[in-house]
Amino acid sequence: MAPVPAGAAGDPSTRRADERLSAVGPLRRLLVKPELGALVGAVAVFTFFAVQSEVFRSARGIANWLDPASTLGIMAVAVALLMIGGHFDLSAGVMTGTTALTVAIVAVEFEQNIWVAIGVSLVVALLLGFFNGWLVTRTGLPSFIITLGTFLMLQGLNLGLTKLLTGTVTATGLASVPGYASAEWVFASRMTILGAEVRVAVLWWVLFTAVASWVLLRTRFGNWVFATGGDEVAARNVGVPARRTAIALFMTTSTAAWFVGTTLAVRLTSVQANTGTGQELIYIVAAVIGGCLLTGGFGSAIGASLGALIFGMTQLGIPYLRWDADWFYFFLGAMLLLAVLANRLVRRYAEAARR
Amino acid sequence: MTIPDAGEPLLELRDVGKDYGSVIALDGISTTVRAGEVTCVLGDNGAGKSTLIKILSGVHRADRGRLLLDGRPADFGSPREALDAGIATVYQDLAMIPLMAIWRNFFLGAEPTRGWGPFRRFDAARAKDVTRRELSAMGIDIRDPDQPVGTLSGGERQSVAIARAVHFGARVLILDEPTSALGVKQAGVVLRYVAQARDRGVGVVLITHNPHHAYPVGDRFLVLNRGRSLGEFAKADVSRDELTRLMAGGAELDQLAHELERPST
Ligand SMILES: Nc1ncnc2c1ncn2[C@@H]1O[C@H](COP(=O)(O)OP(=O)(O)OP(=O)(O)O)[C@@H](O)[C@H]1O
Ligand SMILES: [Mg+2]
Repeated sequence: MAPVPAGAAGDPSTRRADERLSAVGPLRRLLVKPELGALVGAVAVFTFFAVQSEVFRSARGIANWLDPASTLGIMAVAVALLMIGGHFDLSAGVMTGTTALTVAIVAVEFEQNIWVAIGVSLVVALLLGFFNGWLVTRTGLPSFIITLGTFLMLQGLNLGLTKLLTGTVTATGLASVPGYASAEWVFASRMTILGAEVRVAVLWWVLFTAVASWVLLRTRFGNWVFATGGDEVAARNVGVPARRTAIALFMTTSTAAWFVGTTLAVRLTSVQANTGTGQELIYIVAAVIGGCLLTGGFGSAIGASLGALIFGMTQLGIPYLRWDADWFYFFLGAMLLLAVLANRLVRRYAEAARR
Repeated sequence: MTIPDAGEPLLELRDVGKDYGSVIALDGISTTVRAGEVTCVLGDNGAGKSTLIKILSGVHRADRGRLLLDGRPADFGSPREALDAGIATVYQDLAMIPLMAIWRNFFLGAEPTRGWGPFRRFDAARAKDVTRRELSAMGIDIRDPDQPVGTLSGGERQSVAIARAVHFGARVLILDEPTSALGVKQAGVVLRYVAQARDRGVGVVLITHNPHHAYPVGDRFLVLNRGRSLGEFAKADVSRDELTRLMAGGAELDQLAHELERPST
């Protein structure tokens, strides 16, 4: 007969509280929270600048540094989702330029209502995101190299088409287009909170972070994102539609780029053809500071937002202290290194496989 | 060697073959999985056992031959399609995501939801509850369902994967070396699960290297060697010793026993 021992199966009376439970104390649990490092970092950076600069901690100062954090934050959250899903999008930065230019050119050169232009821009963004995702999932090539290709192509297109259609390297004249007032209200209005003027993008950023975090942690799709980034083959073997998940993530990133691009276009009413170029690395830096692993499968939307916040605070805090702006990049690089080192520890702990 | 019809054929393979590039991993394999029966697949390392079950579970498509589900030709394009047909698999590499919590892994790809429309969400409370219940029924006391799977021991991880497949395998349960990392007690529990599933009318495919596990629970034995079938035997037609010899390549085992004997000085 088979060596089947007695009383092994689920007899509730044999269940006891596991005596090893104390090994996973609250501290270790906290340590595997991806956004913890970014939270500590944000508090430290805030304290550092707030202690030394009165402007920095005033309501007006806060509104000032929230502004760059907001548009960056929207992108960083989308890029974080994509990174958790195991991919990069190097074309995300230049895509904010593509979408902004599309809004301006369709509205001004083709004399359309701005909402039509914004709609066209959204379609362009969705197609670009789909193209990235489809190519990456179809070929199995690293997304790094595929999106580097689309990045360069878009950079060329942005310049080439803008020159071709406007004769210059700037698309202008958006303020006098029909529908501008309502578009301005949605994308670029300001409100007064505690005596400081806050741009509406800050609200969008908070909303976007909340929704992304909810989707990531509380929905099926969120579960699939973690799984696709953690181990794509394993995920597919248990029935996760890994390809569709990846494509949806690329489209989320391009949609965020559309939102930010539209915000830029409506705010400035004119768009430079090189808008957004170079920003893609900043998004990735913010996501990594926020606890995303470069290898995928781990990270947080709130963390990426905190990363963007650190970025915004540093960017404006340094001039407030009357330091040379060059220190900004040094600071950011140091934050990045610290974050990567911290993430490495987390991964070691979480993946300490004992085969 | 005639095999009696013990039940409905749920899954049937006819002359199935599969190549990886120039490697012929499987060729000319025919077998049936019947409701309420345990089919054991035996063979050396690299014999093609995992490849066979990956065809059954929709991971690979067969390059040759046919797969029948309930007597009708089936073509699983993805594991999802096989799962939807009630075929659940414990893969040899377990198919778990190390950085994800146990309960998230347990329901991965089949998450229970609540709420409606855009507010439909992953029912985490239920998922944690079921995970804890299913695992303790296997005699595994997980410390914390929020623990990442990567921090579990190999045997604990295997138990989670098995509990998951048993939970979702409504019609066919496929287990690829499910007991390799398990202690005596947990291996016994797994074999009981196999027997219980069989008694519920589930068709089970069990891959194991251990004839002491295979023989008591198996109804038929498919022996593979280098991608080909050495035959399919009903339990009545083969003894445990014969099976052990077949698995180990017959005469080679006698040779080994001879070599391992202490030299009599
Ligand atoms: N993805 C793959 N690509 C190429 N060759 C493969 C692949 N998977 C398996 N093989 C080859 O196919 C053959 C059969 O492999 P398979 O994994 O089915 O063996 P197995 O019987 O499960 O072995 P084990 O007992 O070690 O698990 C082996 O020679 C293996 O090298
Ligand atoms: Mg195998």
